Amino acid sequence: MTISALIDSHSELTDTATSKCAIVLMTRIRLARNLAGQPFPGWAKPAQRTAILESCREAVAATPQMKRGLNLAVGELSDLEKQILVERHLISRELSGAKAGAGIVISKEQTLSVMINEEDHLRIQTLRAGFQLKKAWNAINELDTALEENLDFAFSPTIGYLTACPTNLGTAMRASAMMHLPALVISSQMEKVVRAVNQLGMVVRGLFGEGSDASGSIFQISNQTTLGESEEDIIKRLTTVLNSIIEHERNAREKLLEADAGKLHDKIGRAFGILQNSHLLTSSEAMNLLSLIRLGIDFGAFPDAVRATVDRLLIEAQPGHIQHLSKHDLEAGARDFARAIKLRAEFAKLSAPNFTINGKN
Amino acid sequence: MANPLKCDLCSKPATVHLTQIVNNKVHKVDLCEACAQAKGVTDPSGFSLSDLLLKTSLNAEPAANLRCEQCGFTSADFKKHGRFGCAACYDYFKGLIEPMLDNMHKGSTHVGKVPRRALERKSLYDRLTRLETDLDTAIKAERYEDAARFRDEIHQVKQTFEQKPVR
Repeated sequence: MTISALIDSHSELTDTATSKCAIVLMTRIRLARNLAGQPFPGWAKPAQRTAILESCREAVAATPQMKRGLNLAVGELSDLEKQILVERHLISRELSGAKAGAGIVISKEQTLSVMINEEDHLRIQTLRAGFQLKKAWNAINELDTALEENLDFAFSPTIGYLTACPTNLGTAMRASAMMHLPALVISSQMEKVVRAVNQLGMVVRGLFGEGSDASGSIFQISNQTTLGESEEDIIKRLTTVLNSIIEHERNAREKLLEADAGKLHDKIGRAFGILQNSHLLTSSEAMNLLSLIRLGIDFGAFPDAVRATVDRLLIEAQPGHIQHLSKHDLEAGARDFARAIKLRAEFAKLSAPNFTINGKN
Repeated sequence: MANPLKCDLCSKPATVHLTQIVNNKVHKVDLCEACAQAKGVTDPSGFSLSDLLLKTSLNAEPAANLRCEQCGFTSADFKKHGRFGCAACYDYFKGLIEPMLDNMHKGSTHVGKVPRRALERKSLYDRLTRLETDLDTAIKAERYEDAARFRDEIHQVKQTFEQKPVR
Protein backbone atom coordinates (compact mmCIF):
# COMPACT_ATOMS: atom_id res chain seq x y z
CA MET A 1 0.00 0.00 0.00
CA THR A 2 1.26 3.51 -0.77
CA ILE A 3 0.82 6.59 1.36
CA SER A 4 -1.46 8.30 -1.16
CA ALA A 5 -3.67 5.20 -1.38
CA LEU A 6 -3.88 5.18 2.39
CA ILE A 7 -4.76 8.86 2.60
CA ASP A 8 -7.45 8.55 -0.02
CA SER A 9 -9.11 5.52 1.54
CA HIS A 10 -11.42 6.06 4.49
CA SER A 11 -9.93 5.33 7.87
CA GLU A 12 -11.60 3.67 10.83
CA LEU A 13 -12.30 7.13 12.22
CA THR A 14 -13.63 8.69 9.06
CA ASP A 15 -16.05 5.81 8.66
CA THR A 16 -17.75 5.44 12.01
CA ALA A 17 -21.38 5.10 10.94
CA THR A 18 -23.68 4.71 13.94
CA SER A 19 -21.99 3.73 17.12
CA LYS A 20 -23.93 2.47 20.08
CA CYS A 21 -22.36 4.96 22.39
CA ALA A 22 -22.19 8.33 20.70
CA ILE A 23 -20.34 10.00 23.56
CA VAL A 24 -17.21 7.90 23.03
CA LEU A 25 -15.87 8.73 19.57
CA MET A 26 -12.94 6.41 19.59
CA THR A 27 -11.00 3.93 21.69
CA ARG A 28 -7.26 3.63 21.48
CA ILE A 29 -4.63 1.46 23.15
CA ARG A 30 -0.90 1.69 22.78
CA LEU A 31 1.90 -0.52 24.04
CA ALA A 32 5.52 0.55 24.33
CA ARG A 33 8.12 -2.12 23.58
CA ASN A 34 11.90 -2.07 23.33
CA LEU A 35 14.42 -4.53 21.97
CA ALA A 36 16.63 -6.19 24.56
CA GLY A 37 20.28 -5.16 24.43
CA GLN A 38 19.78 -2.05 22.28
CA PRO A 39 19.97 1.59 23.42
CA PHE A 40 16.61 3.42 23.48
CA PRO A 41 15.93 5.57 20.38
CA GLY A 42 16.72 8.87 22.12
CA TRP A 43 20.18 7.64 23.12
CA ALA A 44 21.07 5.40 20.16
CA LYS A 45 23.66 6.56 17.64
CA PRO A 46 22.43 7.17 14.06
CA ALA A 47 23.83 3.84 12.81
CA GLN A 48 22.19 1.97 15.71
CA ARG A 49 18.87 3.72 15.04
CA THR A 50 19.00 2.68 11.41
CA ALA A 51 19.78 -0.94 12.32
CA ILE A 52 16.95 -1.02 14.89
CA LEU A 53 14.57 0.55 12.36
CA GLU A 54 15.39 -2.04 9.73
CA SER A 55 14.98 -5.07 11.98
CA CYS A 56 11.76 -3.72 13.50
CA ARG A 57 10.22 -2.80 10.15
CA GLU A 58 10.95 -6.26 8.86
CA ALA A 59 9.48 -7.99 11.91
CA VAL A 60 6.38 -5.78 12.04
CA ALA A 61 5.64 -6.02 8.32
CA ALA A 62 5.94 -9.83 8.54
CA THR A 63 2.96 -10.14 10.93
CA PRO A 64 -0.34 -11.30 9.41
CA GLN A 65 -2.03 -8.14 10.75
CA MET A 66 0.20 -5.89 8.65
CA LYS A 67 -0.22 -7.76 5.39
CA ARG A 68 -0.59 -5.32 2.48
CA GLY A 69 -0.20 -2.41 4.90
CA LEU A 70 1.92 0.68 4.63
CA ASN A 71 5.57 0.38 5.62
CA LEU A 72 7.73 3.50 5.41
CA ALA A 73 10.61 5.40 6.92
CA VAL A 74 9.39 8.74 8.27
CA GLY A 75 11.90 10.46 6.00
CA GLU A 76 10.01 9.19 2.96
CA LEU A 77 6.94 11.20 3.95
CA SER A 78 6.28 14.82 3.06
CA ASP A 79 5.37 17.23 5.85
CA LEU A 80 1.78 17.26 4.65
CA GLU A 81 1.53 13.46 4.61
CA LYS A 82 2.89 13.35 8.15
CA GLN A 83 0.38 15.95 9.26
CA ILE A 84 -2.48 13.92 7.78
CA LEU A 85 -1.33 10.80 9.65
CA VAL A 86 -1.17 12.82 12.88
CA GLU A 87 -4.69 14.15 12.27
CA ARG A 88 -5.88 10.56 11.84
CA HIS A 89 -4.16 9.64 15.12
CA LEU A 90 -2.05 7.06 13.27
CA ILE A 91 1.26 8.62 14.27
CA SER A 92 2.23 10.99 17.07
CA ARG A 93 3.47 14.54 16.68
CA GLU A 94 6.76 13.37 18.19
CA LEU A 95 7.25 10.79 15.46
CA SER A 96 6.39 13.25 12.71
CA GLY A 97 9.19 15.48 13.99
CA ALA A 98 11.62 12.62 14.60
CA LYS A 99 15.19 12.68 13.35
CA ALA A 100 16.44 10.16 10.79
CA GLY A 101 15.93 6.47 11.52
CA ALA A 102 12.25 6.49 12.45
CA GLY A 103 9.55 4.49 10.72
CA ILE A 104 5.89 3.65 10.56
CA VAL A 105 3.89 0.56 9.67
CA ILE A 106 0.11 0.93 9.29
CA SER A 107 -2.40 -1.84 8.66
CA LYS A 108 -4.54 -1.74 5.53
CA GLU A 109 -7.71 -0.94 7.51
CA GLN A 110 -5.86 1.80 9.46
CA THR A 111 -6.81 0.22 12.78
CA LEU A 112 -3.29 -0.82 13.77
CA SER A 113 -0.13 1.21 13.55
CA VAL A 114 3.39 0.68 14.81
CA MET A 115 5.71 3.62 15.26
CA ILE A 116 9.37 2.71 15.21
CA ASN A 117 12.02 4.70 17.09
CA GLU A 118 9.64 7.18 18.62
CA GLU A 119 10.37 7.47 22.35
CA ASP A 120 10.62 3.67 22.48
CA HIS A 121 11.74 1.25 19.77
CA LEU A 122 8.15 0.22 19.17
CA ARG A 123 4.94 2.03 19.92
CA ILE A 124 2.18 -0.37 18.94
CA GLN A 125 -1.22 1.21 18.63
CA THR A 126 -4.75 0.13 17.89
CA LEU A 127 -7.63 2.40 17.17
CA ARG A 128 -11.35 1.61 17.13
CA ALA A 129 -14.34 3.80 16.45
CA GLY A 130 -16.71 3.93 19.42
CA PHE A 131 -16.38 2.48 22.92
CA GLN A 132 -14.52 -0.79 22.34
CA LEU A 133 -11.77 -1.17 24.90
CA LYS A 134 -12.01 -4.95 25.09
CA LYS A 135 -11.89 -5.45 21.32
CA ALA A 136 -9.02 -3.01 21.09
CA TRP A 137 -7.10 -4.87 23.79
CA ASN A 138 -7.64 -8.22 22.08
CA ALA A 139 -6.40 -6.82 18.77
CA ILE A 140 -3.28 -5.21 20.18
CA ASN A 141 -2.50 -8.17 22.45
CA GLU A 142 -2.54 -10.43 19.40
CA LEU A 143 -0.24 -8.17 17.39
CA ASP A 144 2.15 -7.87 20.34
CA THR A 145 2.26 -11.66 20.75
CA ALA A 146 2.89 -12.05 17.02
CA LEU A 147 5.82 -9.64 17.28
CA GLU A 148 7.24 -11.63 20.20
CA GLU A 149 7.85 -14.53 17.82
CA ASN A 150 10.59 -12.56 16.13
CA LEU A 151 11.69 -9.88 18.57
CA ASP A 152 13.23 -10.13 22.03
CA PHE A 153 11.63 -7.43 24.15
CA ALA A 154 13.41 -5.79 27.07
CA PHE A 155 11.55 -7.09 30.11
CA SER A 156 12.11 -7.42 33.83
CA PRO A 157 10.05 -9.88 35.90
CA THR A 158 9.89 -7.29 38.69
CA ILE A 159 9.19 -4.02 36.84
CA GLY A 160 7.77 -5.35 33.58
CA TYR A 161 8.39 -4.02 30.09
CA LEU A 162 11.34 -1.64 30.18
CA THR A 163 10.63 1.72 28.59
CA ALA A 164 12.68 4.85 27.96
CA CYS A 165 10.53 6.79 30.43
CA PRO A 166 9.91 5.22 33.84
CA THR A 167 6.33 6.52 33.82
CA ASN A 168 5.54 3.78 31.25
CA LEU A 169 7.11 0.79 33.05
CA GLY A 170 5.13 -2.36 33.80
CA THR A 171 2.44 -3.05 31.25
CA ALA A 172 3.70 -0.06 29.19
CA MET A 173 0.07 0.29 28.16
CA ARG A 174 -1.86 3.47 27.67
CA ALA A 175 -5.56 2.87 27.05
CA SER A 176 -7.64 5.87 26.12
CA ALA A 177 -11.02 6.99 24.94
CA MET A 178 -11.80 10.11 22.97
CA MET A 179 -14.97 11.57 24.42
CA HIS A 180 -17.38 14.20 23.16
CA LEU A 181 -18.47 16.17 26.23
CA PRO A 182 -20.21 19.35 25.04
CA ALA A 183 -22.76 19.58 27.85
CA LEU A 184 -20.10 19.30 30.55
CA VAL A 185 -18.17 22.09 28.79
CA ILE A 186 -21.22 24.33 28.31
CA SER A 187 -22.23 23.94 31.94
CA SER A 188 -18.62 24.59 33.08
CA GLN A 189 -18.25 21.25 34.84
CA MET A 190 -15.18 20.07 32.95
CA GLU A 191 -12.70 21.33 35.54
CA LYS A 192 -14.52 19.38 38.22
CA VAL A 193 -14.53 16.27 36.03
CA VAL A 194 -10.80 16.61 35.30
CA ARG A 195 -10.07 16.80 39.03
CA ALA A 196 -12.26 13.83 39.87
CA VAL A 197 -10.80 11.75 37.04
CA ASN A 198 -7.26 12.63 38.18
CA GLN A 199 -8.06 11.39 41.65
CA LEU A 200 -9.07 8.08 40.16
CA GLY A 201 -5.64 7.76 38.55
CA MET A 202 -6.74 8.71 35.05
CA VAL A 203 -5.61 11.66 32.92
CA VAL A 204 -7.66 14.03 30.78
CA ARG A 205 -6.05 15.59 27.73
CA GLY A 206 -7.09 17.49 24.60
CA LEU A 207 -7.77 15.87 21.25
CA PHE A 208 -4.16 15.50 20.16
CA GLY A 209 -2.63 14.47 23.46
CA GLU A 210 -0.50 16.32 25.93
CA GLY A 211 -0.76 20.08 25.82
CA SER A 212 -3.27 20.18 22.95
CA ASP A 213 -6.45 22.19 23.31
CA ALA A 214 -9.88 20.71 23.64
CA SER A 215 -11.69 22.46 20.82
CA GLY A 216 -14.87 20.72 19.81
CA SER A 217 -15.32 19.62 23.44
CA ILE A 218 -13.37 16.49 22.64
CA PHE A 219 -11.20 15.04 25.39
CA GLN A 220 -8.94 12.05 25.76
CA ILE A 221 -9.18 10.10 28.99
CA SER A 222 -6.46 7.57 29.70
CA ASN A 223 -4.77 5.67 32.51
CA GLN A 224 -1.99 7.51 34.28
CA THR A 225 -0.12 4.60 35.79
CA THR A 226 1.18 1.43 34.16
CA LEU A 227 3.01 -0.48 36.89
CA GLY A 228 1.40 -2.63 39.57
CA GLU A 229 -1.84 -3.40 37.75
CA SER A 230 -2.58 -5.85 34.94
CA GLU A 231 -3.78 -4.74 31.50
CA GLU A 232 -7.24 -6.20 32.15
CA ASP A 233 -7.54 -4.40 35.49
CA ILE A 234 -6.46 -1.08 33.99
CA ILE A 235 -9.07 -1.51 31.27
CA LYS A 236 -11.74 -2.45 33.80
CA ARG A 237 -10.96 0.60 35.90
CA LEU A 238 -10.90 2.89 32.88
CA THR A 239 -14.24 1.48 31.71
CA THR A 240 -15.80 2.31 35.08
CA VAL A 241 -14.47 5.87 34.92
CA LEU A 242 -15.64 6.31 31.32
CA ASN A 243 -19.12 5.02 32.17
CA SER A 244 -19.39 7.48 34.99
CA ILE A 245 -18.28 10.37 32.73
CA ILE A 246 -20.89 9.28 30.16
CA GLU A 247 -23.49 9.36 32.92
CA HIS A 248 -22.43 12.86 33.96
CA GLU A 249 -22.50 14.11 30.37
CA ARG A 250 -26.00 12.67 29.92
CA ASN A 251 -27.21 14.32 33.11
CA ALA A 252 -25.66 17.62 32.08
CA ARG A 253 -27.47 17.39 28.73
CA GLU A 254 -30.79 16.74 30.41
CA LYS A 255 -30.27 19.63 32.80
CA LEU A 256 -29.38 21.99 29.96
CA LEU A 257 -32.54 21.00 28.08
CA GLU A 258 -34.65 21.38 31.19
CA ALA A 259 -33.20 24.76 32.10
CA ASP A 260 -33.23 26.41 28.70
CA ALA A 261 -33.90 24.23 25.67
CA GLY A 262 -34.37 27.31 23.51
CA LYS A 263 -30.84 28.53 24.20
CA LEU A 264 -29.33 25.15 23.34
CA HIS A 265 -31.43 24.78 20.17
CA ASP A 266 -30.33 28.29 19.20
CA LYS A 267 -26.67 27.30 19.53
CA ILE A 268 -27.18 24.20 17.39
CA GLY A 269 -29.30 26.03 14.82
CA ARG A 270 -26.74 28.82 14.51
CA ALA A 271 -23.94 26.28 14.11
CA PHE A 272 -25.87 24.72 11.25
CA GLY A 273 -26.41 28.15 9.67
CA ILE A 274 -22.73 29.04 9.85
CA LEU A 275 -21.64 25.67 8.44
CA GLN A 276 -24.06 26.11 5.53
CA ASN A 277 -23.16 29.72 4.77
CA SER A 278 -19.77 30.82 6.00
CA HIS A 279 -16.85 31.64 3.74
CA LEU A 280 -14.03 31.63 6.26
CA LEU A 281 -13.69 28.99 8.96
CA THR A 282 -10.69 28.37 11.20
CA SER A 283 -10.15 24.77 12.19
CA SER A 284 -10.99 25.46 15.82
CA GLU A 285 -14.26 27.22 14.91
CA ALA A 286 -15.14 24.35 12.58
CA MET A 287 -14.49 21.85 15.39
CA ASN A 288 -16.73 23.76 17.77
CA LEU A 289 -19.54 24.01 15.23
CA LEU A 290 -19.30 20.35 14.26
CA SER A 291 -19.35 19.49 17.95
CA LEU A 292 -22.69 21.32 18.31
CA ILE A 293 -24.11 19.51 15.28
CA ARG A 294 -23.04 16.22 16.84
CA LEU A 295 -24.87 17.19 20.01
CA GLY A 296 -27.90 18.02 17.82
CA ILE A 297 -27.78 14.50 16.37
CA ASP A 298 -27.79 13.01 19.88
CA PHE A 299 -30.89 15.14 20.60
CA GLY A 300 -32.58 13.75 17.49
CA ALA A 301 -32.56 17.07 15.62
CA PHE A 302 -30.70 15.48 12.70
CA PRO A 303 -30.95 11.92 11.40
CA ASP A 304 -28.57 9.46 13.07
CA ALA A 305 -26.74 8.86 9.80
CA VAL A 306 -25.37 12.42 9.94
CA ARG A 307 -23.11 11.38 12.82
CA ALA A 308 -20.83 9.50 10.44
CA THR A 309 -20.54 12.64 8.28
CA VAL A 310 -19.73 14.81 11.28
CA ASP A 311 -17.18 12.33 12.66
CA ARG A 312 -15.52 12.20 9.26
CA LEU A 313 -15.49 16.01 9.03
CA LEU A 314 -13.95 16.35 12.49
CA ILE A 315 -10.89 14.76 10.86
CA GLU A 316 -11.25 16.13 7.34
CA ALA A 317 -11.61 19.75 8.50
CA GLN A 318 -8.13 19.61 10.03
CA PRO A 319 -5.45 21.72 8.30
CA GLY A 320 -3.56 18.80 6.73
CA HIS A 321 -6.65 17.22 5.23
CA ILE A 322 -7.85 20.59 3.86
CA GLN A 323 -4.51 21.14 2.14
CA HIS A 324 -4.55 17.64 0.74
CA LEU A 325 -7.97 18.34 -0.72
CA SER A 326 -6.72 21.51 -2.42
CA LYS A 327 -3.73 19.54 -3.78
CA HIS A 328 -1.20 22.11 -2.58
CA ASP A 329 0.12 23.90 0.50
CA LEU A 330 -2.06 26.73 1.70
CA GLU A 331 -1.35 29.44 4.24
CA ALA A 332 -3.79 29.72 7.14
CA GLY A 333 -6.12 32.31 5.52
CA ALA A 334 -6.48 30.32 2.31
CA ARG A 335 -7.07 27.17 4.36
CA ASP A 336 -9.97 28.83 6.19
CA PHE A 337 -11.45 29.69 2.82
CA ALA A 338 -11.02 26.15 1.47
CA ARG A 339 -12.41 24.69 4.70
CA ALA A 340 -15.56 26.81 4.42
CA ILE A 341 -16.09 25.67 0.81
CA LYS A 342 -15.81 22.03 1.89
CA LEU A 343 -18.18 22.41 4.83
CA ARG A 344 -20.70 24.45 2.82
CA ALA A 345 -20.82 21.68 0.24
CA GLU A 346 -21.24 18.97 2.89
CA PHE A 347 -23.94 20.85 4.80
CA ALA A 348 -25.88 21.97 1.71
CA LYS A 349 -27.05 18.35 1.44
CA LEU A 350 -28.52 18.28 4.96
CA SER A 351 -31.94 19.46 6.02
CA ALA A 352 -32.33 21.97 8.81
CA PRO A 353 -32.44 20.72 12.41
CA ASN A 354 -35.82 19.65 13.67
CA PHE A 355 -36.21 20.16 17.39
CA THR A 356 -39.89 19.26 17.69
CA ILE A 357 -39.06 15.67 18.60
CA ASN A 358 -38.48 16.71 22.20
CA GLY A 359 -41.94 18.19 22.27
CA LYS A 360 -40.72 21.73 22.75
CA ASN A 361 -39.11 24.29 20.54
CA MET B 1 6.88 33.90 55.79
CA ALA B 2 10.57 33.63 56.46
CA ASN B 3 11.09 30.88 53.95
CA PRO B 4 8.80 31.21 50.95
CA LEU B 5 8.36 27.96 49.04
CA LYS B 6 10.43 27.66 45.93
CA CYS B 7 9.19 26.38 42.57
CA ASP B 8 10.02 22.68 42.19
CA LEU B 9 11.15 23.21 38.63
CA CYS B 10 13.07 26.50 38.54
CA SER B 11 13.39 27.60 42.20
CA LYS B 12 11.69 30.98 41.71
CA PRO B 13 9.16 31.76 44.48
CA ALA B 14 6.24 29.37 44.16
CA THR B 15 2.75 30.79 43.92
CA VAL B 16 0.85 27.75 42.69
CA HIS B 17 0.52 24.96 45.20
CA LEU B 18 -0.92 21.78 43.92
CA THR B 19 -2.13 18.94 46.05
CA GLN B 20 -3.61 15.94 44.38
CA ILE B 21 -4.66 12.62 45.70
CA VAL B 22 -3.96 9.95 43.14
CA ASN B 23 -4.55 6.33 44.08
CA ASN B 24 -4.91 7.36 47.72
CA LYS B 25 -1.45 8.92 47.74
CA VAL B 26 -0.96 12.62 48.37
CA HIS B 27 1.22 14.41 45.83
CA LYS B 28 2.36 17.96 46.46
CA VAL B 29 3.91 20.18 43.85
CA ASP B 30 4.86 23.84 44.28
CA LEU B 31 5.31 25.91 41.16
CA CYS B 32 5.93 29.50 40.14
CA GLU B 33 3.40 31.23 37.89
CA ALA B 34 5.47 30.73 34.73
CA CYS B 35 6.13 27.01 35.24
CA ALA B 36 2.49 26.36 36.17
CA GLN B 37 1.46 28.01 32.91
CA ALA B 38 4.08 26.19 30.88
CA LYS B 39 3.09 22.83 32.35
CA GLY B 40 -0.58 23.46 31.69
CA VAL B 41 -1.52 23.08 35.35
CA THR B 42 -4.11 25.82 34.97
CA ASP B 43 -5.44 24.28 31.78
CA PRO B 44 -8.69 22.41 32.37
CA SER B 45 -7.97 20.20 29.39
CA GLY B 46 -5.44 18.49 31.56
CA PHE B 47 -1.77 18.02 32.13
CA SER B 48 0.46 15.14 32.97
CA LEU B 49 0.90 15.01 36.70
CA SER B 50 3.11 11.93 36.47
CA ASP B 51 5.54 13.69 34.16
CA LEU B 52 5.62 16.66 36.49
CA LEU B 53 6.19 14.46 39.52
CA LEU B 54 9.01 12.71 37.72
CA LYS B 55 10.75 16.01 37.00
CA THR B 56 10.25 17.44 40.46
CA SER B 57 11.45 14.32 42.23
CA LEU B 58 14.49 14.32 39.96
CA ASN B 59 15.33 17.87 40.95
CA ALA B 60 15.03 16.96 44.59
CA GLU B 61 17.48 14.02 44.28
CA PRO B 62 21.02 14.70 45.46
CA ALA B 63 23.55 14.56 42.64
CA ALA B 64 24.80 10.98 42.79
CA ASN B 65 27.12 10.26 39.91
CA LEU B 66 25.99 6.96 38.45
CA ARG B 67 26.84 5.59 35.03
CA CYS B 68 25.35 2.74 32.99
CA GLU B 69 28.18 0.42 31.94
CA GLN B 70 26.19 -0.85 29.02
CA CYS B 71 25.35 2.42 27.22
CA GLY B 72 27.31 5.13 29.01
CA PHE B 73 24.25 7.01 30.19
CA THR B 74 24.78 8.98 33.44
CA SER B 75 22.43 10.07 36.21
CA ALA B 76 23.04 13.65 35.05
CA ASP B 77 21.73 12.67 31.59
CA PHE B 78 18.66 11.20 33.24
CA LYS B 79 18.03 14.38 35.16
CA LYS B 80 18.28 16.37 31.96
CA HIS B 81 16.07 14.16 29.76
CA GLY B 82 13.83 12.29 32.20
CA ARG B 83 14.39 9.25 29.96
CA PHE B 84 16.87 6.39 30.24
CA GLY B 85 19.54 5.35 27.74
CA CYS B 86 18.85 1.61 27.58
CA ALA B 87 17.11 -1.22 29.40
CA ALA B 88 20.23 -1.95 31.48
CA CYS B 89 20.06 1.58 32.94
CA TYR B 90 17.26 0.28 35.17
CA ASP B 91 19.85 -1.97 36.86
CA TYR B 92 22.56 0.67 37.15
CA PHE B 93 20.18 3.39 38.39
CA LYS B 94 18.13 1.07 40.57
CA GLY B 95 18.80 3.10 43.72
CA LEU B 96 17.71 6.31 41.98
CA ILE B 97 14.57 4.99 40.36
CA GLU B 98 13.16 2.52 42.89
CA PRO B 99 12.02 5.09 45.45
CA MET B 100 10.28 7.04 42.68
CA LEU B 101 8.27 4.14 41.31
CA ASP B 102 5.92 3.84 44.22
CA ASN B 103 5.06 7.51 43.98
CA MET B 104 4.69 7.37 40.21
CA HIS B 105 2.66 4.19 39.86
CA LYS B 106 -0.04 2.15 41.53
CA GLY B 107 2.49 -0.39 42.75
CA SER B 108 6.17 -1.14 42.30
CA THR B 109 5.91 -4.71 41.00
CA HIS B 110 4.76 -5.71 37.55
CA VAL B 111 1.45 -7.50 37.20
CA GLY B 112 0.22 -8.41 33.74
CA LYS B 113 1.46 -9.63 30.40
CA VAL B 114 4.82 -11.37 30.17
CA PRO B 115 6.66 -11.87 26.85
CA ARG B 116 6.52 -15.65 27.19
CA ARG B 117 8.19 -16.52 23.88
CA ALA B 118 11.13 -14.23 24.45
CA LEU B 119 11.63 -15.59 27.96
CA GLU B 120 11.45 -19.17 26.69
CA ARG B 121 14.09 -18.38 24.11
CA LYS B 122 16.27 -16.77 26.74
CA SER B 123 16.02 -19.74 29.10
CA LEU B 124 16.82 -22.15 26.26
CA TYR B 125 19.79 -20.02 25.31
CA ASP B 126 21.01 -19.91 28.92
CA ARG B 127 20.66 -23.69 29.19
CA LEU B 128 22.65 -24.15 26.00
CA THR B 129 25.47 -21.94 27.26
CA ARG B 130 25.55 -23.87 30.54
CA LEU B 131 25.62 -27.25 28.77
CA GLU B 132 28.45 -26.14 26.50
CA THR B 133 30.55 -25.16 29.51
CA ASP B 134 29.69 -28.48 31.19
CA LEU B 135 30.71 -30.35 28.04
CA ASP B 136 34.08 -28.58 27.94
CA THR B 137 34.74 -29.34 31.60
CA ALA B 138 33.74 -32.98 31.18
CA ILE B 139 36.02 -33.45 28.18
CA LYS B 140 38.94 -31.82 29.97
CA ALA B 141 38.38 -34.06 32.98
CA GLU B 142 38.11 -37.07 30.64
CA ARG B 143 34.61 -37.87 31.95
CA TYR B 144 33.50 -39.17 28.58
CA GLU B 145 30.22 -40.67 29.71
CA ASP B 146 29.11 -37.32 31.07
CA ALA B 147 30.39 -35.60 27.96
CA ALA B 148 28.28 -37.84 25.78
CA ARG B 149 25.21 -37.04 27.86
CA PHE B 150 25.88 -33.29 27.60
CA ARG B 151 26.43 -33.61 23.87
CA ASP B 152 23.04 -35.33 23.47
CA GLU B 153 21.34 -32.68 25.57
CA ILE B 154 22.92 -29.90 23.52
CA HIS B 155 21.68 -31.59 20.40
CA GLN B 156 18.17 -31.71 21.89
CA VAL B 157 18.15 -28.04 22.91
CA LYS B 158 19.39 -27.01 19.48
CA GLN B 159 16.57 -28.95 17.90
CA THR B 160 13.98 -27.19 20.05
CA PHE B 161 15.52 -23.91 18.93
CA GLU B 162 15.20 -24.86 15.30
CA GLN B 163 11.60 -25.94 15.60
CA LYS B 164 10.60 -22.44 16.59
CA PRO B 165 11.34 -19.38 14.51
CA VAL B 166 14.26 -17.62 16.14
CA ARG B 167 16.10 -14.64 14.81
